[in-house]
Amino acid sequence: MRARPATARAGQKATDVRYQPGFFTVALVCLIVLYAPIFVLVGLSFNANTVVTSWTGFTLDWFAKAVQNDDFYSAAANTLTISLSATVFSTMLATAAALGTTRGQPWRGQGAAYMTISLPLMVPEIITAVATLAFFSLLASVFGINFGIGNLIIAHTVFCIPFAYMPIRARLEDMDLTLDYAAADLYATPWATFWRITLPLLLPGIIAGAALAFIVSFDDFTITQLVAGPGQTTLPIYIWAKIRRPLTPEVNAMCTVLLMISVFFVSFSAFIGGRRR
Amino acid sequence: MLDNTKVPGLAIDRVGKVFQQAGKPDFRALDDVSLTIRPNEFFTLLGPSGCGKTTLLRMIAGFEHPSEGEIRLDGDPITGLPPNRRPVNTVFQNYALFPHLSVAANIGFGLEMLKKPRAEIEATVAQMLRLVRMEEMADRKTSQISGGQQQRVALARALAPRPRVLLLDEPLSALDLKLRKEMQIELKRMQAETGITFVFVTHDQEEALTMSDRIAVMSAGRVLQVGAPRDIYDRPANHFVANFIGDSNFLTGTVVEMSAGLVSIRLVNGAVLEASVPSSVTFGATATVVVRPEHAVLAAPGEGVIAGEVETVIYFGTDTHFHIRTGEGATFIVRQQNRRGDAAVAQRGEAVSIHLPPGVATVLAGEA
Amino acid sequence: MSVAGPEAEARQRRWLTLPAVAVITLFGVLPLVIVVVYSLLRSAPYGGVEWTFSTDAYVSFLYQKDIFDDTLQFHADYLLIYGRSLAFSVVTTFVCLILGFPTAYFIATRPVATRQIWLLLVTIPFWSNLLIRTLAIMLLIRDDGLVNNGLMWLGVIDTPFVMIFTDFAIVLGLFYSFLPFMVLPLFSSLEKLDFRLVEAGFDLYANRFQVLTRIILPIARPGIVAGCLLVFIPCIGAYVTPLILGGGKHLMIGSLIAEQFGSARNWPMGAAQALILMAGVLVALWFYGRNARRGVAHAR
Repeated sequence: MRARPATARAGQKATDVRYQPGFFTVALVCLIVLYAPIFVLVGLSFNANTVVTSWTGFTLDWFAKAVQNDDFYSAAANTLTISLSATVFSTMLATAAALGTTRGQPWRGQGAAYMTISLPLMVPEIITAVATLAFFSLLASVFGINFGIGNLIIAHTVFCIPFAYMPIRARLEDMDLTLDYAAADLYATPWATFWRITLPLLLPGIIAGAALAFIVSFDDFTITQLVAGPGQTTLPIYIWAKIRRPLTPEVNAMCTVLLMISVFFVSFSAFIGGRRR
Repeated sequence: MLDNTKVPGLAIDRVGKVFQQAGKPDFRALDDVSLTIRPNEFFTLLGPSGCGKTTLLRMIAGFEHPSEGEIRLDGDPITGLPPNRRPVNTVFQNYALFPHLSVAANIGFGLEMLKKPRAEIEATVAQMLRLVRMEEMADRKTSQISGGQQQRVALARALAPRPRVLLLDEPLSALDLKLRKEMQIELKRMQAETGITFVFVTHDQEEALTMSDRIAVMSAGRVLQVGAPRDIYDRPANHFVANFIGDSNFLTGTVVEMSAGLVSIRLVNGAVLEASVPSSVTFGATATVVVRPEHAVLAAPGEGVIAGEVETVIYFGTDTHFHIRTGEGATFIVRQQNRRGDAAVAQRGEAVSIHLPPGVATVLAGEA
Repeated sequence: MSVAGPEAEARQRRWLTLPAVAVITLFGVLPLVIVVVYSLLRSAPYGGVEWTFSTDAYVSFLYQKDIFDDTLQFHADYLLIYGRSLAFSVVTTFVCLILGFPTAYFIATRPVATRQIWLLLVTIPFWSNLLIRTLAIMLLIRDDGLVNNGLMWLGVIDTPFVMIFTDFAIVLGLFYSFLPFMVLPLFSSLEKLDFRLVEAGFDLYANRFQVLTRIILPIARPGIVAGCLLVFIPCIGAYVTPLILGGGKHLMIGSLIAEQFGSARNWPMGAAQALILMAGVLVALWFYGRNARRGVAHAR
């Protein structure tokens, strides 16, 4: 007698030690909760109606309108200046620090250094924001120092360092230290070993780290909002200013663009960082 | 006691290594090790894990610095040289092939670092690929070849710069038994073809015995005995060596007579046994004698020197082991070759005696 | 670089680490020190600080100075906000755990290829712009949002069901924002779970539920603690969520602190509030450290 497929499936479940009833449903609910609002927001950016929440037809006008706007351009320029600078600085600092805190015997104070590097991850953003604001205002009022947009670049670099550091460190920990020994054994100087062996193998980690640093800086709202001076509007700040007025789908269009950039970088980072040797 | 004459070969001179560990007492990995490894020799460092053999190998390669003593290559001290300036190459235990480079690029890496002309690099790489029979695999990634093939590439990579000494750190341990046997023969062949000194680290006594010209047996950071495989097997210097290499029976007795190279020992049961002595013993002293199981012969009760009863019979295919409980309550193992058609020589519970032909017993030095 | 002598090598690695540590110390730790100093100063009338020592900022957390006779009177306004923040955070963490655990478990038991896809789907919101995601929630739950329009179209309700600018909206927003922060650490802890232990549990007559509660959950404990912490910390300091979904009232500590540094122009007060929040976070981290250590001991 042949078992019906349904029975066969039930039998499979009964013997699968990993199966827990209802967990798939919960996972599905979570996925819907995570994506439904985003899809609504993205969907409405193609809505022909000016009233955000009622659908009348498909259009790409809002994207055109969002982009044909000088304020949008200057905000985008500010964002890119800050994010790219912060990405470059934090990735360089994080790479050096990852090389310094993995492989080999831990040095005295390495634990403290590690704590310091992960500090920005543990302090709530709002505290970092007001502390940085207080710091720069003190610099300005007591020493007369103001780096302009440099203030934001510095603030972003600080909180990007741990995000860049983690994937680079993970990659280094996966890497076999014997490879460096083998290179030295084969007459490579320490410098040649670094350029020919360590760096090429570490590169995926560095790229993944840089992508995360970029995305974190690109999306930052809280710290930027408090630290930014006049004329230092970034895209998230610009969107915030827009949503305080009656909403038009133009904002949705901008949000869609920003989301797409995030999705691209996150997928890219996951792809690069997750690739096996 | 520095020897400054230009002795060819690799000299390990009173080398010691102490590891300082945070929060723990210092660990002495090597203690006053002195060895001279001759040019073109297949030399094996043999010992259980943690005996210091790998530390010594890493010191020769330059990855560890001795706490005391000196290492000389052809009379020149190399202790202070970084690994990239020593004419010594290593085959690593996990091979350590560069995963982002092809097989050929791996093999050529050392020559490239030595800034050899391109033509020479290509010629040598081709020659090495031939030597390890990997010509077809030159452009493969190292992740696309089998474990045995990776092993060959690691060997070719280490041989390509023609080092004066090749270090091999348990290179066969990751291979399965059949492949390991094949590689043992291959390694011997390559050593003969290249004429390079091989220093081989292993914990496998059988591997050491089959491959080496000479073996240094190590334990707890010290060298216990150095010698040709046959010397070490037949005349182990002490209890540890006798136990670590092959199976051994130990008998205790008193020295009752001495002549050139031979002594007579009175065993506890009163029987007198002739044994060879590697070093001197004192008349009347207590001595331990070692007898290999395959050198002892089962005999009818009363014929041999030691009486006993068969306790266990274990069949091994090529031979059979008889565990004999002696009158003193100890267990003595006798190994007998199986011949076709033979029934077992003795049964469980049978009374037997053990015959020891002349020359099979050796007095252990240091315990005489 | 790793093959030099051990001392030289350690020195080299220390130098490599220095720049990052220096940058964070100068621009991340020093500002926190300044906050500590500011919290002990008096506020200047038009923003900024006056350089005179004062504990006013801390005193006013619990007491209000009477304008007529300068006596201190207990007032619970701030305490209430802290209590709300704590309650919101605890509820959110709990809901995230209840829904996040089955999700993480489900993902961890998928075949590798499917698992990667699910993982990426959870990771994308994790890294996406919080402001935009919160805005998306707002679009759904506004009085004329998709949910209300839908319900009215279906005839379930006649007048919009008010969700925006309520406590419900804030907790929903927090849950939505930080759910991935729960799922990801839970996943990495469940991914390493040795299912032979589960088989052993079944072999010894446990049913599915017993296997879950007696074997899987205790082993996943470090991941559960880490996930709860990763949700709780950003929740308790949340700023964007109450800003957009709470409707501008100071509903949570984050908004309160920002307001002191902004329109209220009472920097010492804001600094003191930030430090009280930081103290709460440190307690949570300490709790985590204690549990993580116990988790390690348990794993041995």
